[in-house]
This record gives sequence, C-alpha cells and structure tokens, in this order.
Amino acid sequence: MKAAPFDYARPRDVGEAVKLLAGAGEGGKPMAGSQSLGPMLNLRLVQPALIVDLRGIEELRATSETTDAVVFGACVTHADIEDARVPDPARGLMREVASNIAYRAVRNRGTIGGSLSHADPAADWPSALALLGATVILEGPGGRREVPAEKFVTGVFETVLRTGEVLVGVRVPKVSRRARTGYWKFCRKPGEFPQAIGGVLDDPERGTVRAVIGATRGPPHVLGDARALLSRPGDAALLALADAAALADDAYDRQLHAVALRRALERLPA
Amino acid sequence: MTRIALTINGRPVKAEVEPRTHLADFLREAQALTGTNLGCEHGVCGACTIEIDGAPARSCIAYAVACEGASVRTIEGFDDDAVMAELRAAFTAEHALQCGYCTSGMLITARDIVLRLPAADEARIRKELAGNLCRCTGYVGIVRAVQRVLSARRSAATPNRPDTPA
Repeated sequence: MKAAPFDYARPRDVGEAVKLLAGAGEGGKPMAGSQSLGPMLNLRLVQPALIVDLRGIEELRATSETTDAVVFGACVTHADIEDARVPDPARGLMREVASNIAYRAVRNRGTIGGSLSHADPAADWPSALALLGATVILEGPGGRREVPAEKFVTGVFETVLRTGEVLVGVRVPKVSRRARTGYWKFCRKPGEFPQAIGGVLDDPERGTVRAVIGATRGPPHVLGDARALLSRPGDAALLALADAAALADDAYDRQLHAVALRRALERLPA
Repeated sequence: MTRIALTINGRPVKAEVEPRTHLADFLREAQALTGTNLGCEHGVCGACTIEIDGAPARSCIAYAVACEGASVRTIEGFDDDAVMAELRAAFTAEHALQCGYCTSGMLITARDIVLRLPAADEARIRKELAGNLCRCTGYVGIVRAVQRVLSARRSAATPNRPDTPA
C-alpha cells in the first residue's frame, strides 16, 4: 500500500507544467488534490515516472466571474464550492453537489479539475458539469483549447486530454433567476461512490431543459433536450432513457438509473 | 529525495523526503508522531485524519512532498486545545472508543463538526462521521459524545434565555 517511486515537480505556472508533462510523455501525470490519484498510487494501479503537482500554480486556484459565467480554476476544491468561497453559477446546485462528494476531509483537498480529469464514472462533477453545459479549458504544448464538458469524458477513466495537456479550468454558464435544478444519487452509505446519478436542469429564460444519467459504465449520458421529462414521464419512459444510456443489459442497473432520474425530477422545486 | 520545509504542530520542520512517502508515514516514521494511525491507506477509513492548514485531511493520500510550506497539525498538537479537551472528556463519558485505533481521526473530525456545524443534529453528525470508520463501538457513543459537546456549547452560548432568538 505504498506508492511506487516517482519524481516530483511543483511548477509555478501552467506553461512550465505543460513543458514538464510533455517532456515526460506517457510517464507524466498531473496531480491536484491527490484524493483520487493518491489511492491509485498507493494501490499501484498507476505508476507514473513523474508527478507534476499543480497546486503551486496561482492561476489554477483562482475563480473569475463574468456576466454570464463563472470560471473555476482546476484546483478549486469541493470545500471551496461547498462553503461558498466561490460563486455558484447554478444557484445552489453546485454547492449541493460539492457538499455530498465523499467526506469533508476529502472535499478539503479534492478539486473540481482533478475529479473531472480522473473521469471516474461515479464521480459527481463529470455528470453535474455536463448537465450545466460547462466548458472545459485545456492547455497543452499546442496552446489552449476548449471542450464541452459532455464531450470531455470519453469512457471509464478516459478523457480527451492529450499527453502534456493540463486541465486549467471549467467555465460554467450562469443559470437564470427562474432556473430549477434537481439532482439525485444513490449511495449505499453517505460519501460512498454512487451507483446511479440523475440530474435535471430547467431554465425557461434560457430555453434550456437538460438532463443527465450518470454513474454509468461510460461517460455521463446527457439529454440536451429533456422537455418531455417535465410532463411526469412514466416508468417505461424513464427505463427507456436508462436503456439509451447503455444500461439495458442489467435490470438492476437500469432500474436504479431510471429511479435516480425520477428522484432528480421530483426534487425540482415547483 | 526532495527537501521540504513545513510546520508540524507549530514547530518548523525541515526534512528530506522521497516523493512517494505519504504524509502519515512521514509523520510516524520520520517525526515519531505515532498518534496518527494508518488503516486502509487509500483514503477510505479516516483513521489517519489530521489537519492541513486548519482543515481536516487524510494523511495517507496527501504526500509529504506536496506539503511544502503547509501547517500540519496531528492529534499530538491538540493537547492544549479547548474543544479537544471537551471532546476527550465526552468520549470518555460516552464510551466513544474501545480499541482506540480510529480515535485520533475521530477526534479531529469531531472537532471539525463542533466548530463548523454548531447546529448539527444527530443525523448531520452521523453524515459527517461517515468518513471515519469504527469497528468497535457501533458509533452510538461517538455520536453521543459529539452531541454532548455541541449541546454544552449551545447552552453556554445562551445562558437561561431559551426564548431569545439566536
């Protein structure tokens, strides 16, 4: 239960981090709060040659706000969001999601960018940020690029991140005043990885109704137009959505996800 | 080996560490602070919970090398802490430990609950304690101990004026 040996660097800016990671190639691994990478290292599921610690980079710990969005630096912690030390563009949803990630001791160090990059299907941010229509900002040797959150995760622990690329931030659009959100996850005990996630966003002023089915066996399943869900769908319709999220072959799994989505709908304020 | 400088229980410490050494091993093996216990070593059981820069953290999944410049506080660093003194007494009164292996982590989490969530009820205390596993007590005594400290502090804050809004 001890990590295999690795080299360690703590760069001061993103450019230096990119250079270090690009130089290390496949053996390089960025680290933020180490709340997911730490267990993987200790269990020797990953054995990188070089760890590039991003927590020394001021820019990645900053949050900025514009009229229509909030940009979270990759190293903003779940506890920063839980305690409202940063604004919540989703009018409470991000705060709710953050408060229920793992345990407080983990939330104090775990980061939004780290959780996204790790891309555990059962993690909250990949699903919640896809639901909110967020944009992921990446920087690599070829410069910066932006990817919609719903396209960022490509599979189990797989993302569009290229070798040498660093997730620098997440831009989350502000929901309007009348927006309603509902989020539900099944955990066998508080803080445990969920077995199913359901999320709904109804934002009439922006003409958006979105939904997400998460904690699947792949990337979160996003419904970009979920208007039909607002008119009390029956069990058959919800199960069909779970099937669309590639869960059709497991009766228990599809039932859990269908119910998670229904509970998320029930949590939409009237 | 990487050279680090940090503060441990208020004392400045300089050391050479292997990057792969997690903070708990560094505290126990290099600093002889064996009050921090290791259970699962992958962030699940909470036995190794300590404070980094004033906030509870798992010392098994934080690396010593990444704590450059940080202020670390282990259970040994709470000897003179008022809340911890109340919690120690409450843990004794409520039989909140048996073998004691989880206790240092439990106490640090409990202190965080008392300070951060002064209005916590039993359900909230149980949720907040979910990240610290105890295999002896069934948690009943631990929950009661936290409740005891919280209610004592609440009555101290509003002496004899139960009808006055906070």
